[in-house]
Amino acid sequence: MRVALMVTCINDAMYPETGRAVVTLLRRLGVEVDFPAAQTCCAQPMVNTGYLDEAVPVVRTFVDAFAGYDAVVTPSGSCAASVRHQHALVARRSGDADLGAAVAEVAPRVHELSEFLVDVLGVTDVGAYFPHRVTLHPTCHSLRMLGVGDRPRRLLEAVRGLTLAELPAATECCGFGGTFAVKNADTSVAMGADKARHVRETGAEVLVAGDSSCLMHIGGLLSRQRSGVRTMHLAEVLAATEDA
Amino acid sequence: MGSTFVGMPAFPEAARGALADSQLRRNMAHATGTIREKRARVVAEVPGWEELRLTGAAVKDAALLDLGRHLVDLESALRANGAVVHWARDAAEACAIVASVAHDHDAEEVVKVKSMATQEIGLNEALAADGIAAWETDLAELIVQLGDDLPSHILVPAIHRNRAEIREIFLRRMAEAGRPAPADLTDDPAALAEAAREHLREKFLRAKVAVSGANFAVAETGTLVVVESEGNGRMCLTLPEVLVSVVGIEKVVPTWQDLAPMLQLLPRSSTGERMNPYTSTWSGVTPGDGPQEVHVVLLDNGRTRALADEVGRQALRCIRCSACLNVCPVYERVGGHAYGSVYPGPIGAILNPLMRGPGSNEQVDSLPYASSLCGACFEVCPVRIDIPEVLVDLRAQVVDAHRGDRVPKPEALAMRATAYAFTDARRLSAGERISGLAGRLLDSVSRTTLPGGRRGSSWLPGPFTAWTSARDLPNPPRESFRAWWRRTGGGRR
Repeated sequence: MRVALMVTCINDAMYPETGRAVVTLLRRLGVEVDFPAAQTCCAQPMVNTGYLDEAVPVVRTFVDAFAGYDAVVTPSGSCAASVRHQHALVARRSGDADLGAAVAEVAPRVHELSEFLVDVLGVTDVGAYFPHRVTLHPTCHSLRMLGVGDRPRRLLEAVRGLTLAELPAATECCGFGGTFAVKNADTSVAMGADKARHVRETGAEVLVAGDSSCLMHIGGLLSRQRSGVRTMHLAEVLAATEDA
Repeated sequence: MGSTFVGMPAFPEAARGALADSQLRRNMAHATGTIREKRARVVAEVPGWEELRLTGAAVKDAALLDLGRHLVDLESALRANGAVVHWARDAAEACAIVASVAHDHDAEEVVKVKSMATQEIGLNEALAADGIAAWETDLAELIVQLGDDLPSHILVPAIHRNRAEIREIFLRRMAEAGRPAPADLTDDPAALAEAAREHLREKFLRAKVAVSGANFAVAETGTLVVVESEGNGRMCLTLPEVLVSVVGIEKVVPTWQDLAPMLQLLPRSSTGERMNPYTSTWSGVTPGDGPQEVHVVLLDNGRTRALADEVGRQALRCIRCSACLNVCPVYERVGGHAYGSVYPGPIGAILNPLMRGPGSNEQVDSLPYASSLCGACFEVCPVRIDIPEVLVDLRAQVVDAHRGDRVPKPEALAMRATAYAFTDARRLSAGERISGLAGRLLDSVSRTTLPGGRRGSSWLPGPFTAWTSARDLPNPPRESFRAWWRRTGGGRR
């Protein structure tokens, strides 16, 4: 099985440790991933802000980069959802039937990390060790666009040493929302402040999620509030062992 | 009495004002939280809820697919039943029709059943300008009307008020509208309801003309349906001699049978009840029983525009239940007024632009962006309107409407630049080298350390200020993931 890592633009540019964690984790599970160097972004920032014409060349770059792989794994529910639900829309907008065909070929092979681990590899115990109290924000697009259900949770529950604290109102949006975070900054912050409060109520040392974008937002608030709660991507927790 | 949404600022600015009102945020969080839980409870007890949603969506889609025919059928059936049918292209036409019916009967006042369509067209204000007083008889609408306020929720228009505020409004304003509130009125809900009941009773008994909307209009039988909780609707629909109903053309369902799924979906989704207390149906005039003159105004006012929108037309399935409002994290925090329309919340964020057309008005254009696209609204919608999908499509329509601007917006320039960088990995790589250098610079000047030890910034200039005003941001790493992969051969070297 040829597996490609779609690291996502935000992890590439801002959270490279998340990408490295996916590589470490999958290597431990016997999967060598390729990193197609031609990849850039899923185009979600353009699509969700309404810039469909601008998204067309980005989607073209995407399908070119990932053509020919059996599976594409990505540490982002939101980016996986964008590929699976929005690339067809962008292709239709382009009027380019070849792009539409390429999207139909690549998009269904894209898996969010927890889907890839549980459904493709069939594992929930990935051999991780993380002796900390954590809480999980399940992220909206993972939950509602991909339907990952309790996969991230099951993966965390199998981590040795880990204590999982229930996050109140867990399924409520954190308020990031892409360009919403700056176009409607006040509302975004009001939503995030409530999420951060719920995180603090759990007494967790670490907030875990499957999307770096949500973590950047909630983490930014937790940091500003001097809460001492750090954020980590699910991949980083699952990559951790006694040795590292 | 009466306020309008005319001149409301765009959503981000309106939201900022609302967010500063901590009383409003407490009222909203309490009220939406309560309804949300009630709905979740009664929906969970229906075994085939998802099938019921699919049926509900299919019923409305079938009606919309051949709307012209069903409307003509509805018109003939209503006429055969003795009703007078009027067609109104827009708000002005609809208001003029209602006013002329009232004038024909020398009515100086009308009593009203809670109706979104009449609020949408500004009927009360139009009638007032014509010398006719329109009295709201739904408890929450009465609170809004007496308080010179604006509705902030489709179903619970005074959701932004708590009972102490309601007591104040009753004490201050009831006297000039009719029977005054008792001087010793407390904020006990039963006492408040009793004051409203006494106040309204004399209006029901006096009025010659009533105005209503309709939740559904059955084409095959010419039947209008109103679903309500307080019995005020039943009073208005049966006591006055003349009844005028303003009905959006999307309210039509082809057959009587079609009501079955809708009447199961609506109460559970809206008030969280298994059944609503009052369901009134009437088919034209029944001699010797109820109003002897029945008018029906079929209202377009932008609905055919929405119907022509391939992605957005699903919004016309809406049965005004408000489940999307109650579950929306944006609505919960900013309340309904920030949307600048009688249709607030997620459904308002799509209905207003669909009916009025994007690209012409900054306030309307701001609505599709008033969402984090979390998808909670779609999850609860009883007729499966994919609100996030429509929001994204409308955003594209707003952007497209400005593509011809001589001076592009900064956002458009930023999006073009970002897309340029994302089209070729070499460009992105160059951008990441620059952000890595910026990260080094920021590391040397910033004093913020994020939990976990990473260096960050608490203030950044220009477009980043919107982020850092309340959120820290980690400084960009010195080495991007792709640079690390290249340097280490994917960690193998």
